[in-house]
Amino acid sequence: MTHAPHKDYAGAKLGMWLFLFTEILLFGGLFVLYAVYLARYPHEFSTGGHQLNVVLGGTNTFLLVTSSLFAAMSLTAIQQNKRQLTLRLIGGTILCAAGFMVIKYIEWTAKFHHGIFPGSEHILTGPPGESVFFSLYFLSTGIHGLHVLIGATLLGVVARRVCIGTITATDFVMLENSVLYWHLVDLVWIFIFPLYYLML
Amino acid sequence: MTTHTGEHHIISFGKLIAVWAALLFLTAVTILVTRFDLGGLKVICALTVACTKAGLVIAFFMHMKYEYRLLQILLIVALVTLAIFIGLTFFDVLYR
Repeated sequence: MTHAPHKDYAGAKLGMWLFLFTEILLFGGLFVLYAVYLARYPHEFSTGGHQLNVVLGGTNTFLLVTSSLFAAMSLTAIQQNKRQLTLRLIGGTILCAAGFMVIKYIEWTAKFHHGIFPGSEHILTGPPGESVFFSLYFLSTGIHGLHVLIGATLLGVVARRVCIGTITATDFVMLENSVLYWHLVDLVWIFIFPLYYLML
Repeated sequence: MTTHTGEHHIISFGKLIAVWAALLFLTAVTILVTRFDLGGLKVICALTVACTKAGLVIAFFMHMKYEYRLLQILLIVALVTLAIFIGLTFFDVLYR
């Protein structure tokens, strides 16, 4: 290595993956909680799950899978030195993320109108299983939504760096790591969707 | 690991789009299957499809299939840790 600034590609990616493992364990913990309470309150979970909108959840799944495709393609594009295409693909990813958050907003607002939100009277006075279901629902989708916002912001920073030329076809590890983070967001939703919307 | 720098695997658009199509297909399958009243089978179907989708995302979108051995081993360690976590929790909860 004769370049002036030291770059450790393998090390940077290893670090990102180690961080992603802690994220997997974070969401894994939430899924364990879900599983334990599902075993204890199967009927209340079923009632809760049927109040969620499969069409909105399905649309969000489509948006996230597609955003993940754009993100993966943006890595291929930067490796092939296609800057304009990289920027368009990152833009597509961020648009899908925005769409996801709009739908999330619609879903949550609908729940709030029905008096279903953490600490609401409906939840506090209802059957204990249902309150656990909705608490876990808001916690999981809330932390996931936060990850969507962070991931989209990160990709915005990456897009700027591609623009000004600090991320290039030979130095793209920041783009690769941000894209990895984005895939994790998709990965978590792959489990949240069937757990909360489908299988109850 | 020092030999690794310089050669990066580039995954073609065609392959990525094929993975995306497979993911959408699996999503459609899982939505359709869970519309029927299958009882406990529904949970197994939904989770099997979810794990398959997760495998596709990790292997191709996240390049794990083409990654160096150390990363692959670390991924397995993380997943085994999660499995032990889930297993021991249920060992406690179910036999209380």
